[in-house]
Amino acid sequence: MLRTNLTHITSEEDFSKQINDNENVMVCCGRMGPMCIPVYGIMEEIEPQYSNVKFFDLEFDAPHSHVIRNLPECRGFYGIPFTIYFKNGKVVKATSSIQSMEQVTSILDEQFK
Amino acid sequence: MDYDVIVIGGGAAGLTAGIYLSRAKVKTLILNEGTIGGQMVLTHEIANYPGVENVSGYELSNIMKKQAKSFGCEIKANLRVTNLQLQDEIKSVEVNSKDVYTANAVIIATGGKSRTLGVPGENIFKGKGISYCATCDGDFFQDKEIIVVGGGNSALEEAVSLTKYASKVTIVHQFDHFQAVEHAILEAQNNPKIDFIMESTISHFYGDEKLHEVDIKNLTTGEITPKEIDGVFVFIGYVPNTEKLKDTIRLNSFGEIIVNQNYETNIKGVFAAGDSIQKKYRQITTAVADGTIAALNVIEYVNIQKKELTEV
Repeated sequence: MLRTNLTHITSEEDFSKQINDNENVMVCCGRMGPMCIPVYGIMEEIEPQYSNVKFFDLEFDAPHSHVIRNLPECRGFYGIPFTIYFKNGKVVKATSSIQSMEQVTSILDEQFK
Repeated sequence: MDYDVIVIGGGAAGLTAGIYLSRAKVKTLILNEGTIGGQMVLTHEIANYPGVENVSGYELSNIMKKQAKSFGCEIKANLRVTNLQLQDEIKSVEVNSKDVYTANAVIIATGGKSRTLGVPGENIFKGKGISYCATCDGDFFQDKEIIVVGGGNSALEEAVSLTKYASKVTIVHQFDHFQAVEHAILEAQNNPKIDFIMESTISHFYGDEKLHEVDIKNLTTGEITPKEIDGVFVFIGYVPNTEKLKDTIRLNSFGEIIVNQNYETNIKGVFAAGDSIQKKYRQITTAVADGTIAALNVIEYVNIQKKELTEV
């Protein structure tokens, strides 16, 4: 389990439920490593300001991480974390590796407002 | 006045300053542009921090953050410092182009960041074949051919560790010799999976949805040789985070802040500590020492300021 203050995606079923029950979803799939921790930190920081978005993390080495790792949008990704933005259950944006606060908020503002 | 001291930067130096200042009842705010911990967070395992056996950088930063907060230090992270007024008696720091905080003194502890090559394609293929962290992304390159750029300890040690995954590792280095310590050089040279291209650098990255090819430029002859490759790891050192200070604070030719023995900059009431200052060794322990000394000097400075104000 990732040691963050975010809500964790705990199974394949949980993943399907969250992306289908919520209009706007951001999932960061990573490990507790240097490229991932800053992204979790950004998500924790902005969660209160984006009440229209649900924020989740998902452990990269968990068996159910295939729901993110095998997405067609992640083909060509060779750096963690894989961060995916879903609108009504569909992928609208995907990024790999570390992202800055500005990069994350600009995607959220563009896709979910 | 909002605070006695504003510390810009929440890495080892900034957090240490926050601990010392707040414990001395000096009202302190730490402003940090990224995640608290700075470069410390980038370290998977710290084995040489005295008194703590095998801790991750993330854990150590969280402990420091908790300590600072326990003494009353305020910490704001993941923000953008948009303006600095440091010349006046009362210093002000604008954040996110809206909030302005004022203080009697400022400690700059903005640290450093990994140096990038700054060549075409680098931003496009970051995370799509270009990486700056071997422990994070090494396993994506199982049985693949990769390049490591650099010639210091990090580059050579990570090149050796990447041979666990990669079928072949080519080290590309700009000089005709390495800066790494002798045992790291020997270990790389004795590894059958490692090749070397010296006096060269990568001048262009190419690919589609992932990296496929690079141009390698010979820095002596100028000749450019294309090379098909699956991944590139870049370890070419660090640069200080001082771009916003260059018109205000005295920096050396490397962009590092010049301080005196009390960690004061050329501006009265502005101190600096940690990886952003001019110094030879950059370790968590040295950053902690810098943060301590800067904080103790700032406490003295703030107390004198307060006394002078009372007397007026």
